[in-house]
Amino acid sequence: MGIRFVLMVNKQGQTRLAQYYEYLTVEERRTLEGEIVRKCLARNEHQCSFVEHRNYKIVYRRYASLFFLVGVDDGENELAILEFIHLLVETMDRHFGNVCELDIMFHLEKVHFMLEEMVMNGCIVETSKSNILTPIQLMDKTSS
Amino acid sequence: MNPFSSGTRLRDMIRAIRACKTAAEERGVVRKECAAIRASINENDQDYRHRNMAKLMFIHMLGYPTHFGQMECLKLIASPGFPEKRIGYLGLMLLLDERQEVLMLVTNSLKQDLNHTNQYIVGLALCALGNICSAEMARDLAPEVERLLQFRDPNIRKKAALCSIRIIKKVPDLAENFINPATSLLREKHHGVLITGVQLCTDLCKTSTEALEHIRKKCTDGLVRSLRDLANSPYSPEYDIAGITDPFLHIRLLKLLRVLGEGDADASDSMNDILAQVATKTESNKVAGNAILYECVQTIMSIEDNGGLRVLAINILGRFLSNRDNNIRYVALNMLMRAVTADAQAVQRHRATILECVKDLDASIRKRALELVYVLVNETNVKPLVKELVDYLEVSDLDFREDLTTKICSIVAKFSPEKIWYIDQMLKVLSEAGNFVKDEVWYALIVVVSNASELHGYTVRALYRAFQTSAEQETLVRVTVWCIGEYGDMLVNNIGMLDIEDPITVTESDAVDVVEIAIKRHASDLTTKAMALVALLKLSSRFPSCSERIGEIIVQFKGNLVLELQQRAIEFNSVISKHQNIRSTLVERMPVLDEATFIGRRAGSLPGAASTATAPSVSLPNGLAKPAAPLVDLLDLSSDDPVAPSSSGGDFLQDLLGVDLSPASQQSGAGQASKSGTDVLLDLLSIGSPVQSNSVDILSSNTSNKAPVSPLDDLSSLSLSSRSTSNAGPVMDLLGGISSSPPTENNGPVYPSVTAFESSSLRLTFNFTKQPGNPQTTVIQATFTNLSSNTYTDFVFQAAVPKFLQLHLDPASGNTLPATGNGSITQTLRVTNSQHGKKSLVMRIRIAYKINGKDTLEEGQISNFPRDL
Repeated sequence: MGIRFVLMVNKQGQTRLAQYYEYLTVEERRTLEGEIVRKCLARNEHQCSFVEHRNYKIVYRRYASLFFLVGVDDGENELAILEFIHLLVETMDRHFGNVCELDIMFHLEKVHFMLEEMVMNGCIVETSKSNILTPIQLMDKTSS
Repeated sequence: MNPFSSGTRLRDMIRAIRACKTAAEERGVVRKECAAIRASINENDQDYRHRNMAKLMFIHMLGYPTHFGQMECLKLIASPGFPEKRIGYLGLMLLLDERQEVLMLVTNSLKQDLNHTNQYIVGLALCALGNICSAEMARDLAPEVERLLQFRDPNIRKKAALCSIRIIKKVPDLAENFINPATSLLREKHHGVLITGVQLCTDLCKTSTEALEHIRKKCTDGLVRSLRDLANSPYSPEYDIAGITDPFLHIRLLKLLRVLGEGDADASDSMNDILAQVATKTESNKVAGNAILYECVQTIMSIEDNGGLRVLAINILGRFLSNRDNNIRYVALNMLMRAVTADAQAVQRHRATILECVKDLDASIRKRALELVYVLVNETNVKPLVKELVDYLEVSDLDFREDLTTKICSIVAKFSPEKIWYIDQMLKVLSEAGNFVKDEVWYALIVVVSNASELHGYTVRALYRAFQTSAEQETLVRVTVWCIGEYGDMLVNNIGMLDIEDPITVTESDAVDVVEIAIKRHASDLTTKAMALVALLKLSSRFPSCSERIGEIIVQFKGNLVLELQQRAIEFNSVISKHQNIRSTLVERMPVLDEATFIGRRAGSLPGAASTATAPSVSLPNGLAKPAAPLVDLLDLSSDDPVAPSSSGGDFLQDLLGVDLSPASQQSGAGQASKSGTDVLLDLLSIGSPVQSNSVDILSSNTSNKAPVSPLDDLSSLSLSSRSTSNAGPVMDLLGGISSSPPTENNGPVYPSVTAFESSSLRLTFNFTKQPGNPQTTVIQATFTNLSSNTYTDFVFQAAVPKFLQLHLDPASGNTLPATGNGSITQTLRVTNSQHGKKSLVMRIRIAYKINGKDTLEEGQISNFPRDL
């Protein structure tokens, strides 16, 4: 229900982050990611950000070299998801400071934690950046 | 230090992977890492567990199997430190899912963590539970979660709320327990808790009607108040997005209001004000604002009717439609589709804009707009709409054309006010995009044409003109060829001219030219050429002056490598040269194909109405029945048959002819060319004995001059060797005066037994007998012999046959096959060949047996049946 998966994929098609909220085998995931990425990479700037693939809708947005793809159910509000993607990027930006693809790659767990705070079981939980980042900052403080 | 020891830090491994230039290198690196991790797991290494888990997650993301890490997750979760627990839970959620049994082991750890003093750990456990718990775990841990719904810390409350959503989904019975705590959540001030509380209530309402009632009664006002407070709240930096405070919360509240207001007038009334306020006051120049407006419009459309609000909503949609941002337009089209059911009139006003969207550059928008147009079509606006669509067809992309063509064809078929318009539009579509037109569509066209007798002349002339310009569209060529064959005389003599037509002079040889071009083109496929041959036969009767020329053309196909064409050519040639007396009756005008039956049959054979795969499940006014794939033969062995699309059209026409043959001779209806096989025509010529070999034999026996026989004797000898008596009677009446010597039956001919299937371990032999008087049915005695030295038990034989055959299997004599031919199993099969004589038997078999308890399966295809079975 709601969000089915969140993917971050770069322009060469390599997955940088994958969070699924429903069960798919590894094979299925790979094929799914391949197909969707090809569709999104083929579109240009002026086309709309919503793609229909199988029985989901994919909402995507491109930030520099990274594509953020969110797969949602049919009943979901696409514009809201578009906003959500932007919120995610802003949160990461606040934590890492000028976030880039390498940051995501080398601190994958932190990005996962952030995403977990924001989305649970396919529903958006928290939208306030400070609330999201507090536990992560705490954890950083204790472990360092 | 060995860089691949388990001491590698995550980032070094990532660097190593990134440095790989090829996929094989990457696989090598990953393999080494996995090996190191596995070794470390075996040694139960404490220090690097954390690191290994992180590496495993990265590797999993790349797509490699990582099951060996699952137990590590559990150990990590059980350890006391926070970072370890954190990584353990993360690993748990990524690497496992609810179907794995390992998950059950976590239940105890989860329970302990849920009662932990450290609230972050409680949060972790709730998170994990919320993402992947299974039904049993949900049942076990539900009381804990319930308790946590009232915890003092808002973060925990919000996570507990989301966890409850999953629990309710997995175990709907527990929903009642959650109703009260959920409603209390709705009065929260903290946005996070409020948003999750709202989601919880939405889900509760969806699962249980009792909850829905309860919440509707108690909470609607409260929700309306919350929404109002939110909408009027001052700027708060925490939740502000693009000038609006927490749009996500707005949207969720609107969604819940929608669920509550649907079907209930009172609730809807109380919401009217706030909905109006949100709809008018929200700024729409940013994505966030538009998202809220979109949700608002959806809510207005779903709740009970309030005229003013609806108008407001549709105006907003209209504004969206003319927005330049593609996203907004897409969303508007989506919404309009749903609005059509509510208020079709209002949507019609935006028809022009929607039509523009069909031509948009963006593929998603085009698709949506096309579906919307399809839904909007009705009798009044069909003509201009279709005109626009057909004009666009000329310039559209190839991948869009197929969709567009299908839609245009179905609109035209459903709503055409008069036949001439229908024919015009279909001709245009065929000229532009004939190759995308499905077979049922042009069958239907032909049916309509044959029914509209006053338009025959017009149609054939229009087709002739169209052919001059667009001869590369296959379906157009086929329809043209058929019509010229049928109505060629009208074409040449300008019969039945309508006022709107320009006069056109076509000579007989021009008409024959057209068919000749069709038949000689490289690009013409088998169907077209076959149809062209029949058309030539008809023309040879209607245009006696061109008869010779036509004869020459046909003669060229006598040696064609394709059996179908060769056969037709030989037969038609024989008709033209030797049987002129029957020729004209043979190719008289076809009887009018009954439209109603055709449509009924077609509708019956198609699956239930479904517009398109992606349209929302709304009952749309114009349901389009998806054209069914032609019913292909089971074994697909009839690839040498020219016409697979015999599905509905063909069967129907064959049936038609079957009916027509019995009564009087004037129903010669023999111009039975078109789409069904030549079988029917053969029936006529060979007077009921449709054995291909038979007629070819007869005719070739003529050419080899075995004995000088007169044409009439030929025909009688045809009847002599007929083996099936089914159509013999009435057809002899047709040809009148032919001595009806009783057909000699080959009673129980001896057929050689055949080794149908042989493998290294099994042989299957068939012995055939036929009942006298029932030539279509063959009784086959199947014998299985075991060629190996093991005894086979549980022996099961299965067979599959194509559609024209019927198979009946008697029980086998036994199901144990002793070794090395010491005994055998026999089984009787009865096969009825509805195309007896035209097609020989084929069969696909599957034999299953056990050797020493181990299952074995053998499969094969038998195509070496004697020909005349």
